[in-house]
Amino acid sequence: MKQIKDSLHLNPKIKGIKLKEIRKVWYFPISILIVYLIIWIMDSAKAVESLQSTMSIFIKIIPTLLLVFTLMALTNYFIAPKKLASWLNKKHGWLIAIVAGIISTGPIYMWYPMLQDLQKHGVKNGIIATFLYNRAIKPALLPLIIVYFGLAFAVVLTIVMAILSVIQGWLVEKIVD
Amino acid sequence: MELKEAIIKAGKGIWNAVPMLIGIVLLIGLTDVLIPKYLYAKVFTNSFFDPLIGSAFGSILAGSPITSYIVGGELLIQGISLVAVTAFIVAWVTVGVVTLPAEIVMLGKKFAITRNVMSFVFAILVAIITVGVLNLL
Repeated sequence: MKQIKDSLHLNPKIKGIKLKEIRKVWYFPISILIVYLIIWIMDSAKAVESLQSTMSIFIKIIPTLLLVFTLMALTNYFIAPKKLASWLNKKHGWLIAIVAGIISTGPIYMWYPMLQDLQKHGVKNGIIATFLYNRAIKPALLPLIIVYFGLAFAVVLTIVMAILSVIQGWLVEKIVD
Repeated sequence: MELKEAIIKAGKGIWNAVPMLIGIVLLIGLTDVLIPKYLYAKVFTNSFFDPLIGSAFGSILAGSPITSYIVGGELLIQGISLVAVTAFIVAWVTVGVVTLPAEIVMLGKKFAITRNVMSFVFAILVAIITVGVLNLL
């Protein structure tokens, strides 16, 4: 047993894979930082302005991150993953995806960890796609749409998007699954 | 599942997403500053292709939906068609070229590409149907 443990710890292949995985995940942010560096060399004011914009976004997304973390922890604690998946995969799952997508707050990418979790537990890709599409409908932002585009536009757009989100989800499911 | 285990699992899920989230936010901050808002109207041609251009442009840009409504409102004032502006604001929120790398890593390549391509096409469909219904009312 000790020998197996030692071989796992010392096996350069396993170590290599782990390091490779770690590096791979950081490729994206590092490459963006390189772009920042290039911009900083060319126009330092623009780079600083971009960093300030980035910082303000980070501050804005902290509450959403906490909300997603709490929801994930509560779901893990109260609902068995298999039960949740089978519940969401039923016919009313589409309606839940629409409502959850509409009421969810914050940027779309903040919800990826939770959706990844649901996907791993067997929730259909169509349900996830429908949730993501309905993230475009935000009740809090409706007054702003009304101001710019009118009440009729806001109502029609919301209904059309909610209906088409199910069609899109169904199509994604047919293609991906 | 125990509470402690549930919290650790949730924490791990968030932690795994941290590098991608950092990358996305850095990229959004960059596009926000580097692409001036006054350039937005210049990509439209006042032609049949405007909804397509609107959807494509909305797909590339990222940020708060509030910005898309403000920009959309300005585009309308500048004479861009409602179908094109609607495609623009719908694609802004539903298609994510900037967030695509993170979506691929977290939800799978096939899912992310299929969903984004479909959302791009659906932005044009939503725009045509919405404006069509409004014209009927």
